[in-house]
Amino acid sequence: MIYQGKQKIWSEYQKEIPDDKWFYVRSCIRQNFFPASEKMLMEICRNILKKDFYETEHHTTCGGIAYHCDTIPQETAMTIVARQFALMTEAGYENYVASCITSFGNYTEILQTWHEFPELEARIREMLWKACRKEFNKPKYLAHSSDLIYKFRNLIAEKAKFRLVNRETGEPLRVVEHIGCHYAKMFPSKGVGGAEYPYVLAGMVESWGGNVIDYPERRHCCGYGFRQYHIKANRGYSISNTHKKFESMEPYRPDMIITNCPGCPYFLDRWQYVIAEMEGKTYGAGGFGIPVFTYEEVAGLVLGYDPWDLGLQLHQVAVEPLLDKIGIPYRPEDKYKGLDRKDIMRPGLPENMKCF
Amino acid sequence: MKEIVVIIGGGIAGLEAASKLLDLGYSPIIVEKSGRLGGHVARWNRLFPDMTPAADIVSELTERTKGANIFLNTEISFINRLRDSYNIKLSNGISINTSYILFTTGFSLFEAEKKEEYGYGVYDQVITNGDLEQWFNTGEDHRISGKEIGHIGFVHCVGSRDEKARNSQCSKVCCITAIKQAIELKEKFPDAEIWCFYMDLRLFGKKFEDFYTKAQRDYGIHFIRGRVSEVSENIEGKVIVKAEDTLAGKPIKITLDLLVLMSGMVCSQDSTKTAGMLSLPVDSDGFLKSSDNVMHITSSPKNGIFYAGACTGPKTVPETLAEARSAVLEIHSHISRK
Amino acid sequence: MMENIFGFSISPSSAINMDKVDRALFEELCRVEPDAVRCMACGSCSATCPAAAFSGMSIRKVLLCLQRGKEKEAFRMMSNCMLCGKCTMVCPRGINTRRLVLSISRIYGKEDTK
Repeated sequence: MIYQGKQKIWSEYQKEIPDDKWFYVRSCIRQNFFPASEKMLMEICRNILKKDFYETEHHTTCGGIAYHCDTIPQETAMTIVARQFALMTEAGYENYVASCITSFGNYTEILQTWHEFPELEARIREMLWKACRKEFNKPKYLAHSSDLIYKFRNLIAEKAKFRLVNRETGEPLRVVEHIGCHYAKMFPSKGVGGAEYPYVLAGMVESWGGNVIDYPERRHCCGYGFRQYHIKANRGYSISNTHKKFESMEPYRPDMIITNCPGCPYFLDRWQYVIAEMEGKTYGAGGFGIPVFTYEEVAGLVLGYDPWDLGLQLHQVAVEPLLDKIGIPYRPEDKYKGLDRKDIMRPGLPENMKCF
Repeated sequence: MKEIVVIIGGGIAGLEAASKLLDLGYSPIIVEKSGRLGGHVARWNRLFPDMTPAADIVSELTERTKGANIFLNTEISFINRLRDSYNIKLSNGISINTSYILFTTGFSLFEAEKKEEYGYGVYDQVITNGDLEQWFNTGEDHRISGKEIGHIGFVHCVGSRDEKARNSQCSKVCCITAIKQAIELKEKFPDAEIWCFYMDLRLFGKKFEDFYTKAQRDYGIHFIRGRVSEVSENIEGKVIVKAEDTLAGKPIKITLDLLVLMSGMVCSQDSTKTAGMLSLPVDSDGFLKSSDNVMHITSSPKNGIFYAGACTGPKTVPETLAEARSAVLEIHSHISRK
Repeated sequence: MMENIFGFSISPSSAINMDKVDRALFEELCRVEPDAVRCMACGSCSATCPAAAFSGMSIRKVLLCLQRGKEKEAFRMMSNCMLCGKCTMVCPRGINTRRLVLSISRIYGKEDTK
């Protein structure tokens, strides 16, 4: 691997990321899968970086899942998106930030489509007006929320209490980074670092002390792929793709996986349990899995937030071995206590993959 | 006074043209931007299909152009069009008045790193056809010398027939070059298994097809019909290549010790830049546009400006030499008609 | 394999993995039939084969299967060959396909591939 070769490519794919004043839209599913990730993003942006970070309760789904599952036509998805832009315009913002990769892809695709076919944009404006009497400006900048954390990765590193380093050996942790397909594969120039060797997560890992692993199936899909998973008959494809990735990264003995998509961490995490049940195989050391995180969770960990406040108890793969490796303190007895120490009950433990 | 002809580019087309112009009693001036003559051929080792040493060709051509005025390390600063002639200002300060300019500006090898998915410049064991010729010449390349080379791959059409790379043209010589280089590597590493990934094998020239069957039968080189989609590196630093075996209708995957990318021919930027000084048209393939692609391939639409060789499109060595002679004859008839 | 309670399973990759193909028998074949590798996949043989339309026999595909480690598939196709020799007549490379079929049977038949 020639690191300078990658640096050269990264230097060619840099995008302008606004410094402040963001209009923020959430992901449909992230709060269920990784409940504290978006909370952490707000915490970092508002309270640590002291940025103007606006969100409104009136925004809806971007329609991305329905669009990618072929249940709504693109015009419908476009009108939904137009309404989101109208909310941004009403609130007086120009920088639009999406928390979801598929949303980000959806917005990018729609803006590009309107650029190529202005008559379609005109029609959507008309449809939006008819539907809810709203008008909109297109965002000046479009970013994915991982772009923001990437932009401020060094600031976060300065404030960090922990680094992605093995406390015992002093060695950097071996980190697999996985980028959601819709981040840059459709429009390589819209992603930090491009599509073949994206830098958005690699940059965070480097900045926070870890070592990025480049394994053969790095560019491969996590396995979610909407229709692959949502239609039960296709679920075999979903897990087969995930399995392929784990088989490929296994020789590198990764300590952890960092992701920037709502679906990827979920499937990389949960399918490890299913693979263990089907094949009796686990990919972490000592019968554990490889813990999978969102980038906000990793940011939260290095900034010294309590792992259980970051919602890590909702992960399938046990995170404790990694916390021990870094030296992050946690109270095992508090793992299944929710807000106000309320007992949130303990899940059943799988047979073939070690969990707590 | 002997008629002056300014030849832009000291590659094989420029040299051959200069030698023929000398034979006809004219006074050729070669302007070459680099510090040596012979262009791409001077960097090559042996030429298909007879394995002629490239150095022999360059030295023979150089020998024959001894009587020409040659400016090395010299670029064209600007060209002014006068009433019946051109005034050329060179970067060394010299100014030349001439009625005849011959473009032998050649081509550039496609920059393989632009095909990011093939990992040239990122993965250690990925090299180009140019790098391999360099190794044949010098024997020095840490990626090949002293390495255990058991499996080798060749990727045809790198930056050719590729609209996304903005080169829709076939580079013509890469198929036969890949076969030539595969045979040469097989001779150096007799136990190696060699795989060529191709879309079509375009073996149009004299003895090319024989070369192909020889590669198959005598050298056991394998041919897989399918364009390589993605290259990655495994933990041992070997390259993993993914393609579709389109004849089997199945994806195919192979781990290799060395992958050679057959970079195609693209029009050199210097060529277009110099042509721009004279407002010469560029064709849809990015190469200089001849006034006609059948009858007048060596003529530009402008009076007194001629082309020879790969500045108008990918060419083989013999084609380039033949075109240089043809352009000289064209210039000669123009002068004689005066 | 454990009991699968999920209602779906991990499918094996359909990709041909050349790293795992054992080429020993094909090389043995090439020693007696050096022309076996000269096929340029033109398809004349399959187009003229009387068995092709009914059985999927194709000497082109047989050669490809053998090189991709799919001996069983090759044998399944080849069992339909009637040794009529039409493919030999049309092969532009002059490959003695009739003799090739016999050599393949002899060499690969030693193994339990039938």
